[in-house]
Amino acid sequence: MVSDTIERVFRQEQGRILASLIGVLRDFELAEEALMDALAAALERWPVDGVPDKPAAWITRSARNNAIDRLRRRGTRREKEPALEALLQLQADERGEEQEVEDVRDERLRLIFTCCHPALAPEARVALTLRTLCGLRTPEIARAFLVPEATMAQRLVRAKRKISAAGIPYVVPSGPLLPERLSSVLAVIYLVFNEGYSASSGAGVVRRELCSEAIRLARVVGDLMGPQPEVLGLLALMLLHDSRRDAREDSAGLPVLLDEQDRGLWRHGQIAEGAALVEQALRMGQVGPYQIQAAIAALHAQAETPESTDWAQIAALYGLLVVMNPSPVVRLNQAVAIAFSEGLEQGLLRLDSIVAEGSLAAYHLLPAARADLLRRLGRWSEAAVAYRMALELCGNEGQRGLLERRLAELDSTV
Amino acid sequence: MQYMLLIYGAEAERPQMSPEQMGEMMSAYMAFTESIKSEGIFLAGDALKGIDTATTVRVREGAALHTDGPFAATKEQLGGYYLIDVPDLDKALEVAARLPGSWYGSVEVRPVMSPEDYGN
Repeated sequence: MVSDTIERVFRQEQGRILASLIGVLRDFELAEEALMDALAAALERWPVDGVPDKPAAWITRSARNNAIDRLRRRGTRREKEPALEALLQLQADERGEEQEVEDVRDERLRLIFTCCHPALAPEARVALTLRTLCGLRTPEIARAFLVPEATMAQRLVRAKRKISAAGIPYVVPSGPLLPERLSSVLAVIYLVFNEGYSASSGAGVVRRELCSEAIRLARVVGDLMGPQPEVLGLLALMLLHDSRRDAREDSAGLPVLLDEQDRGLWRHGQIAEGAALVEQALRMGQVGPYQIQAAIAALHAQAETPESTDWAQIAALYGLLVVMNPSPVVRLNQAVAIAFSEGLEQGLLRLDSIVAEGSLAAYHLLPAARADLLRRLGRWSEAAVAYRMALELCGNEGQRGLLERRLAELDSTV
Repeated sequence: MQYMLLIYGAEAERPQMSPEQMGEMMSAYMAFTESIKSEGIFLAGDALKGIDTATTVRVREGAALHTDGPFAATKEQLGGYYLIDVPDLDKALEVAARLPGSWYGSVEVRPVMSPEDYGN
């Protein structure tokens, strides 16, 4: 089917083509309009003329011609002339395709940094990245983030306008700017991933796609920037989390906790790749939070049974992570790891001190973790109180189901 | 591109500064101004007198209404500005981070409209 081919070509190539157009035009909206025109032209011509040998090159050329027409129709506005010149030169250029491919690689990297610029609101960075680099359509992004389509469209328009009006540059930042900007890019990618990963069933398919897109983007950044430890760390972390995707829900759609998952359902190829990436990253000698989290995920993923999990090493890694990011959530995870490596009481003591600080008072996983340790210690009535507290705070339906099940088990034990 | 760097700070905290701190801030501002002048990106820059000297004017139905004080009561007030000419926002943000006002309070970076922008 020709229309299937067009659909497929567009999905695969849109990000690349759009990046190259934006690179020349320095104008998101014009680039998108020109690309839409090219899609319309392909839908019209290909069924008649047949699909061209190099569909992506055909669309690029057609989109550039459309942009030239649009710029000419706009008249003599001075600042647009350089773009027109550049386009005409590109269209006349007989350079080999290899050079073009190189150029587009650079454009994509520039575009990633532009879309993830810290002068844009975090939710706008995520939306713009999905729209321009992953080629997701606005309604798809709106569905994935559970906001009305009009809201998402508005968010995208505002972000694109700010880029051009405020003079956000199309560059891969250099020097002291690079680490900060790269971490903004990685944060956006991880947000995209988590949005897909933490989704309960329901809006399923699109959200699962977010995980694949995030992994793909991290691969692109890794390819384009050369091996950077935190990029590899993030890629590894996402591969390792995603390897459990088939085991994380039972047939009723309820979440299954790590120690109760069927480890045969884990994707072992992905685990092997993730673990190898962590090692490669750690050997580079610049440890960062993504690498440590990936190393922790690798230890969980490589344990053949829950009992054989290397909790002592996991607790040590959380210790490192706490030094970098002493947030109460990280310390909560450290406390759990200590409970399973040094002793349940030691873990519980640490959880109690986090409770005493009061900063996580609204976080259901804190009483849930306490409840779990109390249950394992046989302190049933205290555990029941903690489970009830967790239930009061928890808004996620699947996790509520899990907590309710535990509470019912306790009630029948007592 | 031209950018206006609007310097906001809590005027109420000023009197609590010791003469040494005041002196440090003044010399930091002088060093900053010198550095952006030598980079050739300085267009203008001034400090404003305090909000107790401000008068807000609104003309409604032909009549001017005058109010004592700044247009809005906020915790941080506009206390000065720089106008710079740099290639892009990255450079403007870098300059803003060197501006002592951003260490004591906040600096809002706003692109200035150019003649082409009026064409839209």
